[in-house]
Amino acid sequence: MMARPARALLVGLAVVGAGIVVAALRVNQYVYFAGYVVLQYVVIATAWNILGGYAGYVNFGTPAFFALGAYTAVFLIQSTRAPLPVLILAGGLVSALLGLGIGYLTLRLRGVFFSIATLALSIVLQTMIINWEYVGGSRGLSVIRPSGPPFGSYVTFLFTVMVLLSVVAVTVARFIERSWIGRGLAALRDNEEAAECMGVPTLRLKLFATTVSGFLLGVAGAPFPYYVTFVEPNSAFNLDYAVNALAMPMIGGTTSWVGPVIGAVLLGTAQQLATVTISSEMNLFIVGVVLVAFVVLAPEGILGLVRRLRGR
Amino acid sequence: MAGTLLEVDGLTKRFGGFTALHRVSLSVRAGERFGLIGPNGSGKTTLINCVSGALAADGGRILFEGRDITTLAAHRRTRLGIVRSFQIPKPFTSMTVRENLGIPLEYAAHARSQAGDADAEAAEILRTIGLEAKAHLRPAELTQIEMRKLELARAMAARPTLLISDEAMAGLSSVEVDDILALLFRLNERGITIVMIEHIMRAVMRFSERVVVLDAGERIAEGTPAEIVRNPAVEKAYLGE
Amino acid sequence: MVAGLLLGGFYAAVSLGVSLIFGLLDIANIAQPAFVILGSYAAYVMNSSFGLDPILTGLLFTPVFYFLGAVVYRLYYGSFERRGDESLRGLVFFFGVLFIIEVSLSLKYGVDYRLVDAAYIGKSIDLGGVGIAFRLLVPCLVGLAMTLALHLFLSRTFYGRAVMAVSQDRLALRLMGADPVQIKTIAFGVGIAAASLAGALLITIAPVVPSTDRDYIGRMFAITVLGGMGSVAGTLVAAVILGVAESLMATFFGPSWSLAVSFGILLVVLAVRPAGLFGR
Repeated sequence: MMARPARALLVGLAVVGAGIVVAALRVNQYVYFAGYVVLQYVVIATAWNILGGYAGYVNFGTPAFFALGAYTAVFLIQSTRAPLPVLILAGGLVSALLGLGIGYLTLRLRGVFFSIATLALSIVLQTMIINWEYVGGSRGLSVIRPSGPPFGSYVTFLFTVMVLLSVVAVTVARFIERSWIGRGLAALRDNEEAAECMGVPTLRLKLFATTVSGFLLGVAGAPFPYYVTFVEPNSAFNLDYAVNALAMPMIGGTTSWVGPVIGAVLLGTAQQLATVTISSEMNLFIVGVVLVAFVVLAPEGILGLVRRLRGR
Repeated sequence: MAGTLLEVDGLTKRFGGFTALHRVSLSVRAGERFGLIGPNGSGKTTLINCVSGALAADGGRILFEGRDITTLAAHRRTRLGIVRSFQIPKPFTSMTVRENLGIPLEYAAHARSQAGDADAEAAEILRTIGLEAKAHLRPAELTQIEMRKLELARAMAARPTLLISDEAMAGLSSVEVDDILALLFRLNERGITIVMIEHIMRAVMRFSERVVVLDAGERIAEGTPAEIVRNPAVEKAYLGE
Repeated sequence: MVAGLLLGGFYAAVSLGVSLIFGLLDIANIAQPAFVILGSYAAYVMNSSFGLDPILTGLLFTPVFYFLGAVVYRLYYGSFERRGDESLRGLVFFFGVLFIIEVSLSLKYGVDYRLVDAAYIGKSIDLGGVGIAFRLLVPCLVGLAMTLALHLFLSRTFYGRAVMAVSQDRLALRLMGADPVQIKTIAFGVGIAAASLAGALLITIAPVVPSTDRDYIGRMFAITVLGGMGSVAGTLVAAVILGVAESLMATFFGPSWSLAVSFGILLVVLAVRPAGLFGR
């Protein structure tokens, strides 16, 4: 029984190691900029899928959770100049609380009410941030990166941090998926009423998934201020996050941790490559169309298509 | 009362202005085969939903093994031993038949610790119910009666003390009905108390030791099958004036 | 305060579609606001190119929107409802539709504010010392008319009553000899058609950009939930309550918080009485 977790740990460490090697290679800085975004989406897509794919509850308010992580970091940077790990942890915890709060208020009802609440959440949170001068309000805030990153430039450092966070997120998702919690979530996703009657504590599991999902989304957002150096609400609450958080798991496949990773890497890379050639609106338009196409035609995503090709 | 497993006392349930159950009382003895019948809309499924915890009652109490469970969450009641099957089967569609059993085994029967035991138990249940050949199929690939059997198998996997079977035989052929009936008799022999809700009269009458009749949310009769069949109030409820 | 009441009438118009589609048909069509904005832009284009009165445009386009709604529903039904897969994927589908509509408008018309010009915009009437702007009054009146029309449709016509029946019991509908899918298609179409007119009203009241739809998501669903799912009267009452609450909020705390009002109302209603005021 010890072989499995140890092997997963080795794989995770190998990925982080590879990330550090890439960082040390000092290739074109743009690779790290773009790579950061793609890895950020790996975390976001994985986080979304813990609630959306495993439990079947759709969160349309990803920007709220992400931005809350980012602005928690801004707040701490402004007030205490806390080190990055503290920012990440704090961002995660605050967003986790948001998830728990929204969950507690709406998860006793049908799933659609949770989704509607998350839909309105981003707008409200954005309004609150806009009115909060300490973190920059609507004008935004400049953030100065701390001096002396452990190695390379600060961007390569952030890139490596994101590699680590991606591994953490995927590990958490994989662990949940394979555990009794994951099986319970699958049961409640398939048929919540039956799951409850078969002894599954559905409310508690849903709250758990919402909290973990929120935590990881906040974690993804916490390094954002240092990445962009100028934080303003429109970029933190960008609609990109909302639609990508949906599209990436949907395209990759929602039933397993592999799906969001595939979706994030494919779609994220495509978007990074496309930003130079097409406008951001066109980019969003295409993502929207692809999303609808997949939802209608290939609801199980790429993973599902692969499975069907293999003839299972 | 010694030997009483389930006691429903003055249960009331309203949906807006409509009273689905009005001060319904009944008690089920341990090990009993209990039938619950009544015309469509009489409140049978609502009663079951209240007992299993799917719905919260508006009035009255529910006692199980002497303990007041009226406000207990549904999944906790299942863990105590109250298990219901659904009228329209609600299988876990993304899982195999075997995995479907795994959920109640893991969550209700607390077989979490020993994976080995869970496998053996699941295999035994599948054998009893006749689904072992289909263990690796998904619910979408099962026939109607196999789905009904899966529904019961899942209920069995939860290690019920009290099994509530909600119209498990609706729409089945005569042979299939006998099949399910034989299964329920076998379960009862093992000591499981069974409450059967059915419209198929010959099944209920053959199976039950005692029967309670509901009509328009009220209990209108109780007795042995023979007594119920002769009861004029029951006849009126089913056939009208 | 008066503005709040008038706004309420308009909000009712905007929410009728959701009340019908989500309240009665139980389809979480979160794309509704996008259809409303689409209606606004239709009114804008007709107004700037042909000088057509926006409300007239709204009315003229109702058959187009109806057809669009019917198509969308059929797609939804074929892909999800029939397979019993509504919850997760249906929601994502509608979000995708919302998104596509909003971004398409962005691509076509950019992010500048668009507005319309009509004879009555800019004029106001004096009632008992209170000045009431026509650009608020007219949409309110139209909104009230729409509410009344929907109520009559649902209670007096065959198809309307069939829709009510569908919301309660599909079996009864089958026995009535009607096809539930057809009835739902009609209802969905009507809901989207309402968006056409609502959009025209919206752009009459204030300029719009493609992202304006997001302001209305919270409002529409808060109103539908507060009013009670499937109650047209409830929608009107809830809309007025929201209108007044937002006005008060804007007066005391500033306009940017008005969106928080609908969100707050939504959460409170869900927590306290999910059935709403007039809900079943």
